[in-house]
Amino acid sequence: MSATAESVQDRKAALKGLGTSRKRVEDARFTQGKGNYVDDIKLPGMLFGDFVRSQHAHARVKSIDTSKAMELPGVVAVLTAADLEPLNLHWMPTLAGDKQMVLADGKVLFQGQEVAFVVAEDRYIAADAVDLVKVDYEELPVLVDPFKAELSDAPILREDIKDETEGAHGARRHPNHIFTWEQGDQAATEAIMKEAPVVAEEMVYYHRTHPCPMETCGSVASMDKVNGKLTLWGTFQAPHVVRTVASLLSGIAEHNIRVVSPDIGGGFGNKVGVYPGYVCSIVASIVTGVPVKWVEDRMENLSATAFARDYHMNGKIAATEDGKILGLWCHTTADHGAFDACADPTKYPAGFMNICTGSYDIPTAYLAVDGIYTNKAPGGVAYRCSFRVTEAAYFIERMIEVLAIKLNMDAAELRAKNFIRKEQFPYQSALGWEYDSGDYHTAWNKALEAVDYKGLRAEQAQQVNDFKAGKTRKLMGIGLCHFTEIVGAGPVKNCDILGMGMFDSCEIRIHPTGSALARLGTISQGQGHATTFAQILATEIGISADEITIEEGDTDTAPYGLGTYGSRSTPVAGAATAMAGRKIRAKAQMIAAYLLEVHDNDIEWEVDRFVVKGAPERFKTMKEIAFASYNQAIPGVEPGLEAVSYYDPPNMTYPFGAYICVMDIDVDTGVSDVRKFYALDDCGTRINPMIIEGQVHGGLTEALAIAMGQEIAYDELGNVKTGTLMDFFIPTSWETPNYQTDFTETPSPHHPIGAKGVGESPNVGGVPAFSNAINDAFRAFGLTHTNMPHDHWRVWKTANDLGLHG
Amino acid sequence: MITGNFEYHQPSSLPEAVALLSKLGDDARVIAGGHSLIPSMKLRLAMPEHLIDLQGIGELKNIQISGGEVRIGAMTTQAELIASEALYKSAPIIRETALQIADPQVRYMGTIGGNVANGDPGNDMPALMQCLDANFVLQGPDGERVVKAREFYEAAYFTARDDLEILSEIRFSECSGGFAYGKQKRKIGDYATAAAAVLLTKDGNNCSHASIALTNLADTPLYCEEASAMLQNGGVNDENIAAAVTSAMAQIEPVDDNRGPAEFKKHAASIVLASAIRDAWARA
Repeated sequence: MSATAESVQDRKAALKGLGTSRKRVEDARFTQGKGNYVDDIKLPGMLFGDFVRSQHAHARVKSIDTSKAMELPGVVAVLTAADLEPLNLHWMPTLAGDKQMVLADGKVLFQGQEVAFVVAEDRYIAADAVDLVKVDYEELPVLVDPFKAELSDAPILREDIKDETEGAHGARRHPNHIFTWEQGDQAATEAIMKEAPVVAEEMVYYHRTHPCPMETCGSVASMDKVNGKLTLWGTFQAPHVVRTVASLLSGIAEHNIRVVSPDIGGGFGNKVGVYPGYVCSIVASIVTGVPVKWVEDRMENLSATAFARDYHMNGKIAATEDGKILGLWCHTTADHGAFDACADPTKYPAGFMNICTGSYDIPTAYLAVDGIYTNKAPGGVAYRCSFRVTEAAYFIERMIEVLAIKLNMDAAELRAKNFIRKEQFPYQSALGWEYDSGDYHTAWNKALEAVDYKGLRAEQAQQVNDFKAGKTRKLMGIGLCHFTEIVGAGPVKNCDILGMGMFDSCEIRIHPTGSALARLGTISQGQGHATTFAQILATEIGISADEITIEEGDTDTAPYGLGTYGSRSTPVAGAATAMAGRKIRAKAQMIAAYLLEVHDNDIEWEVDRFVVKGAPERFKTMKEIAFASYNQAIPGVEPGLEAVSYYDPPNMTYPFGAYICVMDIDVDTGVSDVRKFYALDDCGTRINPMIIEGQVHGGLTEALAIAMGQEIAYDELGNVKTGTLMDFFIPTSWETPNYQTDFTETPSPHHPIGAKGVGESPNVGGVPAFSNAINDAFRAFGLTHTNMPHDHWRVWKTANDLGLHG
Repeated sequence: MITGNFEYHQPSSLPEAVALLSKLGDDARVIAGGHSLIPSMKLRLAMPEHLIDLQGIGELKNIQISGGEVRIGAMTTQAELIASEALYKSAPIIRETALQIADPQVRYMGTIGGNVANGDPGNDMPALMQCLDANFVLQGPDGERVVKAREFYEAAYFTARDDLEILSEIRFSECSGGFAYGKQKRKIGDYATAAAAVLLTKDGNNCSHASIALTNLADTPLYCEEASAMLQNGGVNDENIAAAVTSAMAQIEPVDDNRGPAEFKKHAASIVLASAIRDAWARA
């Protein structure tokens, strides 16, 4: 028996299925520079597009003179809004129900806005021609502060909709107001805020930043006028949705449009939306009849394509004197820039901000979000998070700290006292979500023990004494965070984008010799789908992951899906993969039973084969079954072995984690060093521990960047102050600390394999941990809250304001 | 991020380069490592019609040390400065400074000549050259002349170099004693929020030589003559360090930028300088 048991283990290991730290199959090409990105696509006769962009944040466009540019040899066309208007493509719908100018239509509303599109024989000529287009502007007053948007002297930005009192998300109270979104019980929550023994209040600002993927956005459009077919390669996190949108916008039938996402060099939410460059490359290809490429540069990416965050979150949190939380109130002023181009599910104009009760059992809560137009770039995308979950997690994890200060209580203890308990799951939150599963106390205690939390607090207290005694100029901060994510959008009954339900899909073909091809509706941007989806399938169908090819991103071949963002690939497409695999196995069972001459119910699945119950020597492997399915006539069973599954998730998944950051801060220079960072993640079933660790390291490093310096800053005239990587902080290995990773495993009860998604957790949880460490360092000196980013001068200013510089 | 059109020239000798520059005049720019000029050309802030690349001139790439004098050819890269053991023996502060410039990839291309000639107040080498009391050799149509680093910088991007001159060599005396280049920056690759070059020579308990210069705290590098004299005459102790820092801080005129407001930079500069003085003295 032991020999058999060992062989089962060997066979299981050979599959490289769930739980295996399988090396990423993608990396062979990426590490050798053999990837195939949009800018690698070169087609015969291809032209290049480049934008004339506005240098003003708000101005009327009085005239555009393209004649000088057209005279430059090699320039083929210069498109303006006037050229797009007959096609009704001078404006385009946004994913958030607003519309956005493709090219400036009478005015510009942010610095870097697209004004004209130059098409030339090469990108160098195009760049020269951009300088030759003369645009005559009349400058208008600029609005950069959303809190001034509704003052009587505020300029009206969106003249196109200034008289519309109803927007895509209900009533608008002012021309610069986009929507008000309310969740929870306002009256009950406000009553608690009046009556509760303890109420802590804080304005928490999550600054404007940017996903800044290594590859910027771009597209290549090729209109074949002979067969009427448009092919569009682009940096798309949701290629199928792009196809549908392109069809609706252009009037080209959907079967005549092929959208391809080739290798994508990072997305982080930046590549979910539709950008003017995509539209202009399509129009230019239709006009010229040859392929047209558009690829933005880094400055264009930072200043014009989708930003993230910019949420001013005003909060109140009420508790009993011994720290039991009674209620949470939040009013958020959301700066959306010039157009509402958030990429949220239609019914959620502030995304899943209503997960802001976090990991805590808060009986009563109220959330209101006001979306505001300003003279800044549009966006508001989910930068490595599920729709505004980073904002929500940052808000609650700061409010818990602020409450702990008010209560004069240890912040770790306050958290533990209020966690949703294990036995409360599934848990209905006050703001409308049903948390599927969790075991927060176990994770939290493990984290506190791992870092010797009590020892750290003792050391910190000693250091405060030493500081006060003039023995040191350094302070120590302990940043705590227990976050709960909400990912895997989402159930079709309440989640859609432009009407498309947010299901996802997988189609599997088993080849006669027993290897397989699986295609999904998602698209990897670095997540390693070709590695991990093959592992899910390997465990389901008993074929080694090495013999399964994963394909995504070509709408002509892949099944329809809503794409990859919001940590949805594993929860949704991963589930579809498992379900399609189970269909394969169900058919394989019929074939195996026929081959073994027994009844279907007399055989059982064992790793990679069906075995006759009680007769382990009689079996058929999946490979044998696959071959038989193609070469034998099996009564009542169709030839071949294929399956397709479209998966509509019954609920979201709720990954969580416990992060602790220890930071040393030089009070005089404002320089801070991360001494320790411990990250415990619970993402349910772990598919590939190595990829999880890589995701956590990457996400934490982005969180470090955001918390410690990364921002898109504007001056009062609406000029972008941080338009290059000199000023926009991207950490190098030098700035990146060591991370200590850990895990607990609480499978999702409703997901076929119990997986919850992990890619975005470290960004969601990391930002509060870093920020709380900075804030915590100054707690002993009377600080309750200081805003991110915690770069040197702001940390210095915090210390200075507290009188720590003498 | 694409430059305007330009003609590219690669002379193979210094006289040839000088002649070319004289002929092309204002329409030409000399390019060394290109790490300042090329980005500004990509932003189209600089649009020279001719680029004269010095990469092909072998005679500009060398480090010579003899008779107590160090001579460094303008095209010597930061990586070559770091790698030279002889230079480290003669002036260890050069390696300490060069290691704090950008990142290894940039240092393989960036040259000492480009760094000092460009006149960017953010560059690290100009203050170091003032600290070392270096001389810059300029080659022009009328021959060679030598200008002191302490008299070279006039304003941001404005120097004593005539448009038709090429900076060919840097000369300074070997320095023994304590040294430190202290730099606060936001990240690898950033210019200094504040930086200080300090050289201190110990003679018993006295300080027989002191030299201090600061980076990115005004529109030129700043040689702190009075502060240097305070340490040299009065010795290096807490009281004199404080006085020297106060004196140096009276010279600086930092501006508000993304690194922070001037008020913060003044404070950070005082910390960076005091710490560099202590480090240099500890090594003296």
